[in-house]
Amino acid sequence: MHYAPAPLHIPDGFLNVTVSVICWVITVIVIGVAVSRTNKALGEKQVPLMGIMAAFIFAAQMINFPIAGGTSGHLLGGALAAIVLGPWAGMLVMTAVIAVQGLLFQDGGLLVMGANIFNMGLLTAAIGYGLYRSVMNKSTATKLAVAGVAAWLSVMAGALATALQLWLSGTSSLQAVTITMLSVHALIGIGEALITVAALSFIFRTRPDLLGEGSVSAESGRGWIIAGVVISLIVILLSPLASANPDGLERVATDLGFIDAGQAAPFNIIADYTVPFLGKTPLSTILAGILGAFIVIGIVVATGRTLQKKSS
Amino acid sequence: MHFDVFDRYHDTGSFLHRLEPRVKVIVTVVFIFSNVFLPDGAWLAFGLSWLFVLFANALSNLGLAFTFKRSFIALPFALAAITVLFSIPGSPISTFHFLFWELTITDAGLLRFVSIVIRSWLSVQMAILLVATTRFPDIVHALEHLRVPAILTTIIAFLYRYLFVLVDEVFRLLRAREARSAAVTGLRSGGSVAWRAEVAGNMAGQLFLRSYERSDRVYNAMLARGYTGHLNTIYPHEMRRVDYVTIALTLLIILLFQLIGRI
Repeated sequence: MHYAPAPLHIPDGFLNVTVSVICWVITVIVIGVAVSRTNKALGEKQVPLMGIMAAFIFAAQMINFPIAGGTSGHLLGGALAAIVLGPWAGMLVMTAVIAVQGLLFQDGGLLVMGANIFNMGLLTAAIGYGLYRSVMNKSTATKLAVAGVAAWLSVMAGALATALQLWLSGTSSLQAVTITMLSVHALIGIGEALITVAALSFIFRTRPDLLGEGSVSAESGRGWIIAGVVISLIVILLSPLASANPDGLERVATDLGFIDAGQAAPFNIIADYTVPFLGKTPLSTILAGILGAFIVIGIVVATGRTLQKKSS
Repeated sequence: MHFDVFDRYHDTGSFLHRLEPRVKVIVTVVFIFSNVFLPDGAWLAFGLSWLFVLFANALSNLGLAFTFKRSFIALPFALAAITVLFSIPGSPISTFHFLFWELTITDAGLLRFVSIVIRSWLSVQMAILLVATTRFPDIVHALEHLRVPAILTTIIAFLYRYLFVLVDEVFRLLRAREARSAAVTGLRSGGSVAWRAEVAGNMAGQLFLRSYERSDRVYNAMLARGYTGHLNTIYPHEMRRVDYVTIALTLLIILLFQLIGRI
């Protein structure tokens, strides 16, 4: 049986502790929100449905198609899951898929699973659903086109995030890793877009009722559109910057203290402390990261609230 | 049914198999954390960590070849780290031409690269031991004990349960495509790449519908058998004294690796 590991699954050892923990914290917060939202919105019936949908994504990743010279493309599914199941459910489903891939097949590590879920589950769902949601009332052709673009962008977002995490961990040099990751995934993303569009149009033709408003939680649409567009813009703006002008980004990262925190610090500084396990710098970095994540999420939630009030 | 290809559990009835799943999950994660936390070039600590893996392997009765064969799964990813060989400043070791670049390997770069690969290699082996000695439903149950939200563990449990069914479905779809893809040697066959992707997409859509309809039937069947939203297990999942002793001892040993690695 062929089980092809996707190049986005980072194994353990390639991200350092600081980056891994910060990614875990962000992921846990977002999943926590997803869990409480889904618990509220869905009945007990939805849990088996989501489990089987997770198995569907897992199995669908095995449907490959030959491209050229022995290589083949296959689905990653983050955008598709979010479009079909809604954003929060899509995130939980992708989390389950990535967790099983890491736990059972060692495809992706355990300590870095937070990063893997963030890259392949959360970013992809936000972009996929956000962009798709923005054309909810348009024609089917528009929806499909946007879904394709969203699928491509979601893969690029995952690739960019992976590259940045590798760089911040001191595992790769910025320019090399972003150029390789982005150029490889620009192609993989085309396959993702084609399969996503074809699968969606197949569902539109056979069971359009499954993609109706009913399966969508209607309330928080605007927040998702904003999140999807903002993340897409970040990807579009940051990608050329990181690959063409890495010095600029390194400069910014150094000024903000990211580089020191990410790279040498946990190893060099701790040795001077009497307590070897929680040296001041990595711990404070992690705390700063957690605090930063809270602030960002606070801002997002607050923005969402005010927008909701305005629209209602 | 192709469950055998997917199941990573190998029952040898060893000490490690009988250990409480929670203990194994915690020790695995802490061990991986410790590996990643060790400084570059902490060779003694890396060596001791390897002995730790070998000792765990010996306790599992699986045989050294079992983990060794599977331990290279993460190695292709080392390509992502290859640039550190050249990018970290240090005294040059060797210089060579690659296409139109002149690349210099530095000693600091080599140290970092080797350390990254070792960390990854050690971590993967521990994870392999975990799934080889613990039934997957037990791992999921351990996660539930460790406060992973129930909705997530239930989704994972369902994913695992229906994975085999849906993979069989994929095999049927792939076989059907194969059966309709006649090719004459020497002649170009199959459409454009976009067309092939569309076929794959249709198959994914088809799989989605089959999965969706199946989930309906599954839910009705579960309801008929008294499903209340919670999955029950027949195993007691209790921490015994040996579990407490094991977890305390292993965590102490891992702590020791950190001390040794930082001297």
